[in-house]
Parts: sequence; C-alpha cells; structure tokens
Amino acid sequence: MHGYEIANSILRISQDVLQVEEGSLYPALQRMLIKGWVTAEWGTTAENRRARYYRLTAAGRKQLEVEVKQFERVIGAITRVIEAM
Amino acid sequence: MKWLGEWARRLRMLLQRRQFDADLEEEMRLHLELRQQEQIESGVPADEARAAARRRFGNTTYLKEESHIAWGWEWLENLAQDVRYGLRTLRKSPGFACVVILTMALGIGATTAIFSVVDATLLRPLPFPEPERLVILQDDLPGLGARDVGMSPAEWEDLRRSGIFEYVSPTWFDENNLTGTEKPARVRITIGAPNYFALLGVKPQLGRAFNPEDHSPGILPEVLISDGLWKRAFGGDPHVLNKRVRMDTDLYRIVGVMPPGFDTPGRMGEERNVEIWAATSFYGSPLPDHPLRNPRILPTAIARLKPGLTLAAAQSRVDALVAAVQKEFPQDYPLESGWRVQLLPLKERVVGNFRQSLLLLLGAVGLVLLIGCVNVANLLLARASARGREMALRQALGAGRKRLIFQLLTESLLLSLAGGITGLTILFGAKPFLLRLIPDSFPRLNEFSINWGVLLFALGCSVMAGTVFGLAPALQAERVDLVHALKEAVRGSTGSRQQACTRRLLVAAEVALSLVLMIAAGLLLRSFWDLLNVRLGFRPENVVAVRTRLPAPNYPENDLYRTTAMEAPFLREILRRARELPGVEEAAIGDPAAMPLDESLRNLKQISEGQFFFTLEGCAARNDQPAVAERSSVTAEYFHLLGLTLLRGRVFNKEDNENTSEVAVVNDAFARTFWPEQNALGKRFKSKRAESLWVTVVGVIANARTESLAEAGVPKIYLNLYQSRERRLTVFLRGHLEPATVAEQVREQIQAVDPALPVAGAQTLNETVSASLAERRFSMEIVSLFALTALLLAGLGIYGVISYMVNERTHEIGIRLALGAKTGNILEMVLRQGLKLAIAGAATGLVGALIVSRLMGGLLYGVKPTDPVTFAGVAALLLVVALLACYLPARRALRVDPIIALRCE
Repeated sequence: MHGYEIANSILRISQDVLQVEEGSLYPALQRMLIKGWVTAEWGTTAENRRARYYRLTAAGRKQLEVEVKQFERVIGAITRVIEAM
Repeated sequence: MKWLGEWARRLRMLLQRRQFDADLEEEMRLHLELRQQEQIESGVPADEARAAARRRFGNTTYLKEESHIAWGWEWLENLAQDVRYGLRTLRKSPGFACVVILTMALGIGATTAIFSVVDATLLRPLPFPEPERLVILQDDLPGLGARDVGMSPAEWEDLRRSGIFEYVSPTWFDENNLTGTEKPARVRITIGAPNYFALLGVKPQLGRAFNPEDHSPGILPEVLISDGLWKRAFGGDPHVLNKRVRMDTDLYRIVGVMPPGFDTPGRMGEERNVEIWAATSFYGSPLPDHPLRNPRILPTAIARLKPGLTLAAAQSRVDALVAAVQKEFPQDYPLESGWRVQLLPLKERVVGNFRQSLLLLLGAVGLVLLIGCVNVANLLLARASARGREMALRQALGAGRKRLIFQLLTESLLLSLAGGITGLTILFGAKPFLLRLIPDSFPRLNEFSINWGVLLFALGCSVMAGTVFGLAPALQAERVDLVHALKEAVRGSTGSRQQACTRRLLVAAEVALSLVLMIAAGLLLRSFWDLLNVRLGFRPENVVAVRTRLPAPNYPENDLYRTTAMEAPFLREILRRARELPGVEEAAIGDPAAMPLDESLRNLKQISEGQFFFTLEGCAARNDQPAVAERSSVTAEYFHLLGLTLLRGRVFNKEDNENTSEVAVVNDAFARTFWPEQNALGKRFKSKRAESLWVTVVGVIANARTESLAEAGVPKIYLNLYQSRERRLTVFLRGHLEPATVAEQVREQIQAVDPALPVAGAQTLNETVSASLAERRFSMEIVSLFALTALLLAGLGIYGVISYMVNERTHEIGIRLALGAKTGNILEMVLRQGLKLAIAGAATGLVGALIVSRLMGGLLYGVKPTDPVTFAGVAALLLVVALLACYLPARRALRVDPIIALRCE
C-alpha cells in the first residue's frame, strides 16, 4: 500500500474513528524504514501514477505481534479496571 | 547484527539524500492530490478541496523536515553547512585568513617539530622487545665521592648467578683497527657477554648471534658486524658469513650481520655507531684467568630483569646481594666506601641527560603556540565585533545560540586545521635542514621520524588551538544583546565594552607569556656568552690534532708495542717526523683525554679503561678522600704547545723516559685537594690497579678549563706518555696549518713508520672548543628564536588592540582636536592605554619568569636564575617594543582631520 491507501484504510477499518493528521504518517514510516520493519518500493497505481508502496517485513510482522500483545495487555488491564468499577 | 542493517540503511539514506527528499516530496504530493480528487469527486469545489486536503495532511514542510531528521544525520548536515559557510566567509577575507593560518602554521609546525624530537628520545620506548625490563647497572662509591665506577668480573659473576636477572652483560667499548678489508680502518666496537644480543632481544638479519650460554675463556673468535659496515666494506655480500677479519692482528670470524638501524643503546654519543660486536666472558687470556674482585675493569653493564620483577623489587634484591658480598670480602669492599649498585632504566641512561633541555624546548614552543593562539583570538574578536551585525541578524531570524557558537567554532577549527596542515607541510619540507641543526651528541638521532603519533599530536594541537582561540569570540557572540547590537550596527560603531576588555586582557596575557620566554632566552644567552668568554687557561688557536691507535692483540706475543720500551721509539720517531712537517712549529703526543674539552674522547678513555683511582703515599689507610681524578698521558712538549702555565717545579724532560721512575705533573686543583697546605712537589701516588708503581709529582701547573668550560678547578693528573703504554694517541701540532693537508701528511709519516696503523682526520682545537658548546648553543638558539617570535607576536597584539581602539575613537579624537586638544595630549592618551597593557602584562610575566627560571637552574652557567640585569633588560626591551607598537597607531590618530572624523558619523 502507498501512503494515501494506508491513511484511507486506517480510516475505513476504524470506521472514521481514528482520524489523525495524515501527514504524520510519513515521519512514522521513516522510523519504521530505519528499523527495517517495512520496506518501500516504487510502483504504479491503478490510475498509472508513480507511488511508493510499503510492505511489512518479517521483522516488522514480529514487531507487530509484540506491539499487539503489549497493546492487548494494556487494553485488558484497562477493561478490567473499568469492569471492576 | 540488527544495528548493522540499521546503520547500512541510514548510510544509504545519507548518500542518496537528494533522491530521498525528492521521493518524499513526490509521495506527499501524490497523497495531497489523491485526497483533493476524492473531495472533488464528492462535490466540493476545487479550491476548497485543495485547502481541505492540506488541512487534513498537516504542515508539509515541517513533516518533511521531521521525516528527514528521523534518519539522524542532522548534525552532519549542520557541520557541512557550517564548513561551507566558514570557507566562504574566509575566502571573502583572504588577508585575515592568511595571517591566522600562518600564525598557526608557525605555532603548530614548531611545536610538532619539537614534539617529534621529544617523542623519539623521551617518549618512545627503546626499540627492543619488552624494553621496560632493560636496566643499566651503575656502581657508585658515595663514600669516596665517586659515581659510576664500573664493576669487576667477579661482581658480574655474582650478579649473573643472583637470579635477579634473565641476562646481565657488561659492555666494553673500544675502538679497533680493522684490517682484512680493503683499507685499514678504525671501527667502534662493543664487547659484551655472549648473552648480549639475547639480552637485548635482537636477532641478526643474516647469520646468528652469539650463543648466550657460551662461557668459554678468552675473547670469542666470532664477531657480528653492522649493516653499515657490511655494505661499506663487503659490498653487502650475502656470503660474508665465515669470512675472516683482523682486528689488532687477531683473527675473527664473521657469524652475523645486524639489521639496519640497530645500534648499541649507549649512554654517550661515542658508544653509539658501533660497527662490530665481539663477546667474552671476561676471564681467560688476555684477561686474568680467574675473575678478580679488583680492579673494576668493566666500565658498565646492562641487564634484563626476570619477567614479573619490578625495578624496585630487583633493586632491593640487588641491595641485599651487595650487602652479602661486602660482608664476604671486607678487604675488597671497605665499608666506608659505601659501595652501592643502582639499577636504572636503560632508557633513562640513554636519554636522561637531555630531558631538561628537551622539556625546556617543549615548554618554550608551547608558549609560542599559546601566544599565537591569543593573538589569533584577538584577531577573531576584532572580526567578531565587525560581524556583530551578522550575528545579531541571524539570531533575530531564529538561529539557535548553540548553532551560532558551533558555527564560530567550526570557523576557528577550520583556520587552525589549515594552519596545522600548512605547518606540517613546511615541517616535512624543512626536515633535512632542521635535522642538521641538532647536535650530533643527541641520543637516538636515527629514530627521528614524523610518525602517526606525531601527526596525531599535530592534529590534537590544531584542535586544541582552534578551540582555545575560537572559544572567546564564540562565547562573546552568545552574549550579544540583540537590540543593542542591531542598533549599533546601524550607527556604524562596533564592539561592546566587554569585548574591548577581553581583548585587552588577552594582550596583557600575551605580553606576560612573551616576557617569560624572553627572560628564559636571555638567561640562556647570558650563560652562553659567559662560557664563550671564560678564561680558558690554554691556547686553542692554531692547534690541530690527528689521532691514531696502536693495536692491542689478544696474544701478547703478537704485540709490537707491548712494553713502554717498545713503544717509546715509535713515539720519538713520530714526534721527530711531525716536527719536520712544513708549517709545524711545535709537536706533542698525548692520549685521547689530553684533547681539551673533547668530552667524547675523555669519555672514551673512561669507558674503555675506567676511572683513575689512586692511593696517596702515606694516606693509604685513609679512605675518606675522593681518590679519583681525571688523568691523561702526554709528552713533555704538550704543556708548552697548549700554553699551560707552570706554577711550581718542572714539566717532563728528556730524563723522564721509559727507563726512569715514573713522574707526573698535576694541576693546582689536584695539589690543593689532595695535599692542602703542603708542597705537592715530590709527593707520590699510585694507581689502585695491580702491579702499578709509585709516581712522583714533579710539577704543578695552573688550572685550565681543559675538562669542562663550565668548571674551573677539576683535579687533573698528567702522566708521562713514555711511561704509560698508551695505545690511543693524539698528535698535537701547532702552526699555521691547513687541517686537511696536515692530516694527510701525518698519515703518510705514521704509515711510513708502521703501515698497519689507521689515522683519523684532523680536528682543530678551536673546533673542539666550539663543539663542546653545541648542546647549549642548540637550546639557546632555539629558545631565542622562539622568544623573538613571541616578542613579534606580542608587539603585533598590542599594535592590533591599540589601532583598533584608535579606529573606534576616531570620532572622539576628531572632536577633541576640533575643541583644541593638543596633539601631545592625544598621543599621551593613546600611549598610556598601550603602556598600561604592557606594564600589567610585564608584571605578571616577571612573576612567571621567576618560577620558570628557577626550574631551569641546571641549564645556566654564571648567571643566577634571578639575574636582575637580564630581568630588567628584557622587560625594558619588551616595553620599548610595546611603545613602538602603540606609537604607530597613535601617530595615525594625530593625523585625523577633525572634519573628516566628524563627517564619518
């Protein structure tokens, strides 16, 4: 996916809940590139325009799992706290 | 491994950062356009759609920068930018850049040059494996006031078996006649124990070293030769091994060739440049069959400590050993002589004498560098105030203070690095010339090089200097008051009060530093002058000395000169022939120690024969007197030839010869030391060596500075050459002679008597006297050169500050003149400003000089470290220069036309 698609898909999947400043996606992508979690490659869109496509690497997938687990832990904790109230 | 990939990606980004920025831009544009399109498709007008897309996206420029910075190269890009900017500004003021770079080149170049000498001599370890384990053994008899008296073969045996050392080797230095090669030549030779090379840990480049376990009697019939001798005498022949050479008629087999650059780690110049190494275990013919305790025939010894043994531990074990030996042989070691064996690091012995001079030079050159830095700092400050507006403007536009400081520091570092590189280039170019300035007696001359350590030092110097002189202006810039600076800049006047104050402080410091250096130079100069004008007590003019040496074969039956009776006819014949040479008025023969002021020759005698210990008749029991003296053997003509004054008695005459009883002439110092308030004539003494005879004093001569220029009364004995079987001979000739011609004539005459004898080139006594000052001259010249540079820099500093001040006050001076001020008043005002600086600096400098001059006491002669004449004279000189430096800008101030001055507002 290229940057615009990523931004759109976040919007779509979250059903317009997660509306961030779209541009801040790019510095974040740079940091992931440095870490080697994603790779970037130029390609063409359906409309035949040049675009940079980002793909998750194996290391990225692993990191994602770690992050998701971490996130679930936190969410779980928060949920439990809320439920206890 | 993870970080490796990460860095590779970062590096790739750095290399392709243009492409990176373009890609990012394109990517963001696509994003914006797609979003805009989406909006349009949902029915929003084009303009609004664009704005909405932008709003959703955020600040493009900021996000681009963020993405760029994420890769972590900001510092490098800033640096590159600063460097580019710095280069551009420097190119715009080439005069300024040139002055600064040259000042720094001078400072850093000179500092690096001195450092390379210090590095090669003091810092670098000796070129042997595990050099910290190498020591030299020094025997002292403090009870007799004698130092470094050498050891006996029996003591060597004791040390060898003590278990303290891995190896111990006495070393014996000699000069020998080498025959068996094309021309008879005199070569320097070191005789050590067979373990000598194992001890040093050096292997020959060809063949083998001696077997360290060999303990056979006599002198081993094997030698190793130096690379130089191999190439010179044998043409680098690879089949040189097993060839035979003859030294003093004895045959030796060459078993090895030492690598180039290897040299005996000698303590004096004459122990170095050795070309042949021989070995013996110091017993067996021609030496005594059993190692004796007395006399101390081995002048010195080196050793390698057992691994893991510290110097202190080894010393205490040696002390214990000495105590035990002393107890066992009370006859040989009377307790009152206080025999002691001292272990010194070998390097200390090789370079120790030069430490003080070298540190003085390093200190002096460091001061020059510092003064140069202060000067440059001043220039930069002046420039900074001219650039005040630029700085204020940049700050007003949002440049961070840190960025500004870094930028100024980058500029000064650029300058100092350029200076350092220029200095090094000059140094490389001038190296052969500079090396010639260094006196030959300097140790480890062959190890001088500009290596990585030296380069690193130069780099360090440049960075330090750049930081030092860049810091002041950079910190000043930090404190700029924006409003004030911008306003001032518009008005055309520059420089804050604080800045002016800093500049004055810097100049005062510069004056102080220069004064310290100049006083040091002044003291050295006065010492040198005093030494030059010292009353010698002998006449060195028109005397030429030519040297030869009689062979000393290992087998006495081969020795043509084995008794004085056999040698005397030779001496008479040489004298007769020498006297007949054209232009020769007088001729005499002596041993090497008879050569006045030639320390190398006196040392040669000492290190090959040891010191002269003697017993006075009737005082044999008394051991509290230092019974050691300088001695040389001469023929009767020597005293008149050299112009020595006879005080009492007589000099030698024809009746004193090989068949009569031994006689001596002593100097006044000797007579006074050993027979105070008695008549020395007719007194007798004898050498402590076995089988020596009583010698009667027949004459007393006045003291002469033949041993040392700096010392007046060194006790000295002159023995009769006909009675002393001396093998190393010096032929003295007085007359109007051309040294080169006379050397050749003497050679012909000597070789006409014995064709096997080598003859060494002629030396005039005047040359020797002047050469004996070489080391002092070297440090004096260099320090004076530095002091002059410092004076020049200080003068320039004062000039700079005062002319800057005058420029700044042109307006004020104009008004004063217009209001009727006299030129005298103006002149006084300017001069007072400058003199205040100079006097403040000089006062500080005098205090500094007092401290420094005390530290260099050992290098002075005749003057006290607090010599008031030097101090006052140098301070006065400095003030005169300061006045001159003020006068020039002051005169310019007076020429100010009030109208122009007022108009320039």
